[in-house]
Amino acid sequence: MLAFTIRRLFEALVVMLTVALLAFVLFRYVGDPVSQMVGQDTSLEDRTRLRLELGLDDPVYIQFARFVGNAVRFDFGISYQVKQPVTRLIAERMPATIELALAAALFAVALGIPMGVYTGIHRDSWLSKLFLTVSLIGISLPTFLIGILLIYIFAVWLNVLPSFGRGDTIPIGFWRTGLLTASGLKALVLPAITLGLFQMTLVTRLVRSEMLEVLRTDYIKFARARGLPERAINFGHALRNTLVPVITVIGLQLGSIIAFAIITETVFQWPGMGLMFIQAVQHADIPVMAAYLLLVAFLFVLINFIVDLIYVRIDPRIRILRRGA
Amino acid sequence: MKPRSAAIVGALALALSTAPAAAKTFRYAFQGDLNALDPYTLNETFTLGAIGNVMEGLTKRDKDLKIIPGLAERWEVIDPLTWRFHLRKGVKFHNGEDFTADDVLFSLARMRSPGSEIKSRAPADMKAVRIDDHTVDFILTSPNPILHAEWDTWYILSRKWAEANGATQAQAPSAVSLSPFALKANGTGPFEVVSHQPGVKTVFRPNPSWWGKVEHNLTEVIFQTIKSDSTRVAALLAGNIDMMDPVPVQDIDRVKSSPGTRALTGPELRTIFLNMDSFRGELLYSNIKGKNPFKDPRVRKAVYQAIDIDAIHTKIMRGMSANSALLISPLLFARASEFKRWPFDPAAAQKLLIEAGYPSGFEVEMDCPNDRYVNDEAICQAVVQMLARIGIKVKLNSMPKAKYFEKAGVAKKYDSSFNLLGWTPGSFDSWNVIENIIGCRNADGAGGLFNYGGYCNPKIKDLNKMILVETDAAKRNALIAEAFRINHDEAGVIPLHQQALVWGVSNKVDIVQRADNQILFYWVKMQ
Repeated sequence: MLAFTIRRLFEALVVMLTVALLAFVLFRYVGDPVSQMVGQDTSLEDRTRLRLELGLDDPVYIQFARFVGNAVRFDFGISYQVKQPVTRLIAERMPATIELALAAALFAVALGIPMGVYTGIHRDSWLSKLFLTVSLIGISLPTFLIGILLIYIFAVWLNVLPSFGRGDTIPIGFWRTGLLTASGLKALVLPAITLGLFQMTLVTRLVRSEMLEVLRTDYIKFARARGLPERAINFGHALRNTLVPVITVIGLQLGSIIAFAIITETVFQWPGMGLMFIQAVQHADIPVMAAYLLLVAFLFVLINFIVDLIYVRIDPRIRILRRGA
Repeated sequence: MKPRSAAIVGALALALSTAPAAAKTFRYAFQGDLNALDPYTLNETFTLGAIGNVMEGLTKRDKDLKIIPGLAERWEVIDPLTWRFHLRKGVKFHNGEDFTADDVLFSLARMRSPGSEIKSRAPADMKAVRIDDHTVDFILTSPNPILHAEWDTWYILSRKWAEANGATQAQAPSAVSLSPFALKANGTGPFEVVSHQPGVKTVFRPNPSWWGKVEHNLTEVIFQTIKSDSTRVAALLAGNIDMMDPVPVQDIDRVKSSPGTRALTGPELRTIFLNMDSFRGELLYSNIKGKNPFKDPRVRKAVYQAIDIDAIHTKIMRGMSANSALLISPLLFARASEFKRWPFDPAAAQKLLIEAGYPSGFEVEMDCPNDRYVNDEAICQAVVQMLARIGIKVKLNSMPKAKYFEKAGVAKKYDSSFNLLGWTPGSFDSWNVIENIIGCRNADGAGGLFNYGGYCNPKIKDLNKMILVETDAAKRNALIAEAFRINHDEAGVIPLHQQALVWGVSNKVDIVQRADNQILFYWVKMQ
C-alpha cells in the first residue's frame, strides 16, 4: 500500500512538471505582457527596462527553471495585472469556485439520481420522456447559452434572482463564504444550475442505464419472486448496486466541474479562479496562468489518486492483483 | 388627535421623508477591472477616472473637458519659463491632514520615481520651488504651452500618509513584493474608498468635508466589473446596476427600448486609423519582392480612396462613429473643420495603382486586434473586401490585443505590413498625436513609438519641435495644421473615424458623459 502511494505521488510529480512545461511553451504565444502592463505614454526605455526586470528576454528554459524553483517553495510570483502575490489571489478566489462547484455537484446528484431511477423503472411513461428530453438539452446546449437564457428568464424577465456576482459574503477565517447570506444563496442558484446541468444529465443517463442493467439480473428477479415490496427492490437492492460507478464518475467529474467553471464564472461574473484565469489570459498575465494551470493539474491528480485508493479499498481484486505482481 | 397617535404619525412622516434620502446608492459596472489604487502605476482612462473621484490634481477638467482650477485655485505664467501655482487653502486629506506645498513637491518626486507610469505628465528637467505653504513655482528649461494639460490626472498624494504607509515610491510594474498601499487611497476628493477588492468590488462613500460645491446626491457608490457583454446588458435591464459602460453596438436598441433604461451616446476622443508599413525597403508578408509598394504615396492614397467610410459608419458602426479626416478628434483641434477626407472613389484608386506600377494590385497581410476597439475585427474585414475591389488582396490576421500589440508593436519590432490602431492623446493635444503616430522612428521605435507603419516625413518632425515650444495659440495651430496637412496629402497614416461612447443608464440616474470616457460620479444625481 505504501509503495503504491509513493509510486502514485511520483507519477503525480511527473504529471505536474509536464503540465508546467507545456504551459511554459504555450506562454510564448499569448502575447506581450509588457504592452498590457504599461500605458501608452510609457517611454521605450522604461519598456525595455521592465522587460529586462521581468526576465522576459531570458531563454524559455531559464524562465522555466526559475518558475519551478520558486514553485516548490510555493512562490508563484506577483500578478502582472493586479500586482499582488498569486498565492494570495488564488486563496481569495478559491472559496468562490469551490462553493460553486459543490453546489453544482449537489444539484446534479440531487436531481440526477431520482430522475435516473424514475426513467429506469418507468421506461415508457411520458414523464420519463420529458426527463430525457430535458437531459438532451443539458448535454447539447453550450454552457454560456444556458447561462444567458437563465439570466434573461430569471433576472431580466421575472426579476427574482440577481444577474451576476456572488452577493454578500461573510469571512470565516480566510474563507469568504456566500452560503450564509440570503443574497449569497440567491446569487448561487443560476450559476450552480448552469454549471451542474451537464453533470446532471450525465448522472441521469448513467443511473438509468445501470438501473436497466441491474433490474434484469437474477437477484432482482429472485427478490420479486419472494414478494418484496417494489420500493424495497428498487431502492434497497437495485439503486444501491448502481451507486459504485455513479460515485466514481461524480468524484472524477468534480475535477472537471472546477476546471470548466471558467465559462460559467465568466457569464455570471462569479469572482472565482476561472474568471481570474480568463482575465489573466487576456492580459498575458503569465504568473497567474501558470499557477492556475498547475493547481488544476494538481486537483485532477489528487482526485484520481483518491479514487484509486478507494478502489483498492472496495475492490479486493485490485489488491490481490497488486500483491501477485 | 391623541398625543400618542400624533407622535406615531409624526414619526411615520419623518421616516417617510428621510428614508428615500438615506439610500442613494449608485451601482455601476465596467468591462475592465479596477486594480491598484496607486494612481501612478497604471496610465489608463478608466482607472484614472475611478480614482479621480477620490483624489485630485492641481487642475481639473470640467464637463466639457476645459481645464479648471483643482487643488490650485489659480496659476499664472510669470515668464515663459516660470509657472506659479497658488494652492487652495483649508483643503484636508481624507485622514485629516492639511494639504500644502510639501505634498505637491513630494508628488512630483514620486511621479518621477522609477516605477511610475505617468512620468510624461511633466518635462523631466522641470524644477519645482516652494515659495510658501500655498505657493509653488515650476521652472522650465524651454517654453511649454501645454505644461498643465495632463495635470488633472496627476493626483496629489499626502506626503505624511505616503511616508507612514511606505508609499513614497510608485510600485514598479515588475515589483516582487506587494505594496500594501495599493489597496488604499488617501486623497482630497469628493469621495473616499470604503473597501476595495481588486477585480470584484469597490465601495465609495462621500467625503463630508470636501472643499468643493457638492453636485451629487449620493450616499454610497458601488463599482463592480462585469466582463461579459450580455451579462452587463442583462444586469442593467434587470435593475441590478444603475449604469454600465460600454453597451455593445448590437445591444443599443435593446437598452433604448427597455422602459427603465436609456443609451447615452456621445463622441469619444479616440481616433481609429490604418497604418501601412512604409519603413522597410521590402514589404513583409507580400508577393512583391525587392521593393515596398507602401513607400509610394500614390499606393497609400489608393488604399485611402478605396475605403467606403460611409459603409463602415452605417453598416458596421450602426451610426455610432464620426468619420474623420484627421488623426485627432475635432473636439481637440480648433481647425479640424478645414480638413476633408479624400473622397471614396474606387476608379480613382485603381488609376493611382496603375500610375504607381501595380495595375493588377498586390498581396499583403493585415493585422487586427479583435478585443480592443469597437468592432475592430469587423472594420478590418470590411477594409479587406473594399481593397479586393481595386486588386489588393489582403489576408487578415485577427488576434487578441495582447498578441496584436506584441506583433505589430515595438516588442517584435513592428512585424506587420498593414494594421489598425486607435489613439487618444493623453494631453488632449495634437503634439502628442504627431509625435507618437506620425513622428519618424527608427526600427526600434525611438522617435514615434506607436507609428506602427513607420511613416516618415522629416518636415513633420521639424514642425513638431516648433509646436512643442510655440506659446502663441494661433501660430501653434497653424503649425499643427501644416503637419496634419502633410500627412493628409501623402496619406501617410489613414484616419477612419472617432468611435462613439455608449453608456447604458437607468432612467433613475442623471449623469454627465464626458468625451474622455471617465466615469465621474460626483456629477451623478439619482431619483
